[in-house]
Amino acid sequence: MSKIVLDKVLRKFPDDIIDSHSYVGNETVIIKKEALLKVCSFLKDNRQLMIDMLVDLTCVDYPQETERFMMVYHFYSTENKYRIRIKAPVSEEEPFIDSLTSIWKNANWPEREVYDMYGVKFNDHPDLTRILMYEEFEGHPLRKDYPITKRQPIVGPLN
Amino acid sequence: MGVKNTGIENILGESVVLTRAESILNWARKWSLFQFPFVTACCGMEFMSVYGPHYDAARFGAEYPRFSPRQADLLFVVGTISHKQLPILKNVYDQMSDPKWVISFGACASSGGFYNNYATVQGIDTVIPVDVYIPGCPPRPEAIMDAIIKLQDKIQHEKYQSRKSYPDLGKNNKPGGENE
Ligand code: SF4
Repeated sequence: MSKIVLDKVLRKFPDDIIDSHSYVGNETVIIKKEALLKVCSFLKDNRQLMIDMLVDLTCVDYPQETERFMMVYHFYSTENKYRIRIKAPVSEEEPFIDSLTSIWKNANWPEREVYDMYGVKFNDHPDLTRILMYEEFEGHPLRKDYPITKRQPIVGPLN
Repeated sequence: MGVKNTGIENILGESVVLTRAESILNWARKWSLFQFPFVTACCGMEFMSVYGPHYDAARFGAEYPRFSPRQADLLFVVGTISHKQLPILKNVYDQMSDPKWVISFGACASSGGFYNNYATVQGIDTVIPVDVYIPGCPPRPEAIMDAIIKLQDKIQHEKYQSRKSYPDLGKNNKPGGENE
């Protein structure tokens, strides 16, 4: 059903698409990270699609890939019941991507979480600080190369 | 005639009860455990059920929660403690006035439970002394009442001097902290 969203995005931004697929109602577009704001405002402003909800945004770490982090955004239309997933790869050397907070206010905290856990930085974010871990914490615990039992206690012994 | 009438009972009759100061002090303490619930996670559900009317912890004199650590005798650490939370727990413990006891409620508080990762403290006993550990994820209400009874038993047999010998764990870990 959400195929229409996928088609619209593919037709509108042919140059910015890296890949796309559609499988059992799972429509996914992988775009270049520079095009993120463009694509998202198109989705939000399009009268026919009426994508009015940013369900979630998160990140996945693929250490073996050249562009290590994959940002994942889920959108939903409460009117048309369309769902669409936008992905954008981000490299470790340049861990920057545009913040969605100018379009979707609720992107604020999830983006802080992604920054906290993965170290991806968001351009023009109003308050890019750690949200879950404490300020003294060093590193980003959900990166796959963070040692699984490495602890950084504020008080108390190391383990 | 006989042994019965040669003792002190002869003089005092039945009007006086004899005991030791330590014993009566401990008796009073064990029946008036004002507890501070430090509830952080899912174990809290089981904690609530014990402290509700169904299981009625009031039978053990331990039903009354004080939300100021300064008025509490018994610290209930209920649930997962993260490293971000630990300084707060230590603060609460330090603020409680002596005599004070700690019950570690559930697998997480006692040992970290199955959370062996960057965020979770592997047992609160790495930082504060614990009197009774309750196993279980979460523990059954019976286990909690058992723990309270065990703690009462411990309090009853406490020696006045023994309270002073508590190890001061974790004290040297943060020099110049606000509790020093
Ligand atoms: S011991 Fe189990 S029930 Fe209790 S806080 Fe940990 S995970 Fe939750």
